[in-house]
Amino acid sequence: MTQKKKNHIWNPAAEKMARPELEALQLQRLRDTMGYAALHVPFYRKLFSKEGISPDDIRSLPDILGIPFTTKQDLQEGYPYGFFAVPLKDVVRLHSSSGTTGKPTVVGYTRKDLDIWSELIARLLYAGGVSQEDIIQISFGYGMFTGGFGLHYGAEKIGAAVVPVSSGNTNRQIMIMKDFGTTALVCTPSYSLFLAESIEEAGISKDDLKLRFGLFGGEPWTESMRRQIEKRLGIQATDNYGLSEVMGPGVSYECLEQKGMHLAEDHFLFEIIDPDTGKVLPPGETGELVITTLTKEAVPVIRYRTRDITRIISEPCACGRSSRRMSKPSGRTDDMLIIRGVNVFPSQIETVLMQMEETDPHYQLVITREGALDELEVHVEIKDAFFSDEMRVMNELAARIARNMKNALGLSAKIKLVEPKTLQRTEGKAAHVLDMRRHLKNR
Amino acid sequence: MQARQISVFLENRAGRLEEITGILAKEKINIRALSLADTSDFGILRLIVNDPDNAIAILRREHFTVRENEVITVEIEDHPGGLHDILSVLGRAGISIEYMYGFFERKNQDKALMVIRVESAAKAVKCLQDAGKHLLKAEEVYSL
Repeated sequence: MTQKKKNHIWNPAAEKMARPELEALQLQRLRDTMGYAALHVPFYRKLFSKEGISPDDIRSLPDILGIPFTTKQDLQEGYPYGFFAVPLKDVVRLHSSSGTTGKPTVVGYTRKDLDIWSELIARLLYAGGVSQEDIIQISFGYGMFTGGFGLHYGAEKIGAAVVPVSSGNTNRQIMIMKDFGTTALVCTPSYSLFLAESIEEAGISKDDLKLRFGLFGGEPWTESMRRQIEKRLGIQATDNYGLSEVMGPGVSYECLEQKGMHLAEDHFLFEIIDPDTGKVLPPGETGELVITTLTKEAVPVIRYRTRDITRIISEPCACGRSSRRMSKPSGRTDDMLIIRGVNVFPSQIETVLMQMEETDPHYQLVITREGALDELEVHVEIKDAFFSDEMRVMNELAARIARNMKNALGLSAKIKLVEPKTLQRTEGKAAHVLDMRRHLKNR
Repeated sequence: MQARQISVFLENRAGRLEEITGILAKEKINIRALSLADTSDFGILRLIVNDPDNAIAILRREHFTVRENEVITVEIEDHPGGLHDILSVLGRAGISIEYMYGFFERKNQDKALMVIRVESAAKAVKCLQDAGKHLLKAEEVYSL
């Protein structure tokens, strides 16, 4: 089995920097970034002049509170190059978001931006147990999505053997994993479960594989999902976080303590706000994560609203890194469903299903409106082993799932049992929600 | 005396049942008896076929969720009170019935047949035989 390498730190000088020194560095870099943005990005120049803000006013980190937020919509309005602070001759890479919620956002990187990104990925990989001894299979999509290329260059930087297989073609993934002797897997958590399922179906035992570490990101997942992935693939699984608007993966990452993701605080400034009022919340409270880049050259962003719901953990971590940590995002402000006035995150439903041995965490939520009342229907795949010829047994199972849902959500849901392996398995970000109310509104 | 019954989980969507009958027809599997229990969302199809091993393998290969159980098949006199006789025997022995379904025998038109699912098939067989009731052997059921 795997051996823990707790003090495996890529850049101890940066990652174990004393807090006062780190905060002084953040303040210096914040002032530099603001001056730089005001000089090179018309959006920030106008914003600062309208609000009467000057970088010289920032004398301590809390002074950032006076600066307005930058939103996804702002970035979309700047499509494609409106937020770029450098001429394109200095840009060496372009990525963009998928554009599923309107226009995509385009991000550019200078050579220095790419160096820092690789540095942060190197930290991420070391924290997840990976070193130059490892063979890393990168099953994140390569392309406009930042996952594939982001992880790729960091993995090369630490000297690991990189297998740039990209996403899709599960049979080929499994063949490579087995034949190449992959020791570390990089993909989305939902795809890792899909791979585990396919590996089991192919009659391959996890002992036939050399996998030891899984580094997963790109979508929210739960602790119970982690335990299941670890058990089924025989690995230690760590979470990592990032978003293309501020860089990509590497913004925060778990160490093998698995107790929250270490924030790369020397390159980003993190705040938690109340998503409704925009007020900064006291330390430890849950709210929306806001990020300011501190070293980005091509596209600096100031107080960017990520829409991810999380909290920041300030207590020191046993691994020795001095950075604060963020807990797994419980959802996105735009994933949050309001059903009969109750806030529901799809991840809560997943947790309920993971905790029951009779069900797989594959589900679909269908929300409809009957008259004035929202109705939540959860489609749940039954497991082969728990199918019974007796209707009573099946009805009891559905009733038990409904009870557990009600306890977890505070909301009654209708449970519909469906045949195994009929719900969509996503290879990218999992899509589990069918909100029919939207269609009603559009009519 | 116990025959093998195949149960299949079915979502209530158009054509799903037809898919199963199509698969079985293609593989030349003959359905001897069948019942369908359903709710508004899903159904449980129970089948007795001439070749259970093959039917199970084929349905699994087609990704159906399949389960196998033992059921008993008892002959019932085709006159009022015929079924009541059988149920009384089981009732007196404290054996509760999960479900049952009836059909006619081709060769023997004055007898009805009842497939019965109980928790312990062996116990039910013994007490029905002790009461002089006629049960069909598995092979007889498969080749009806």
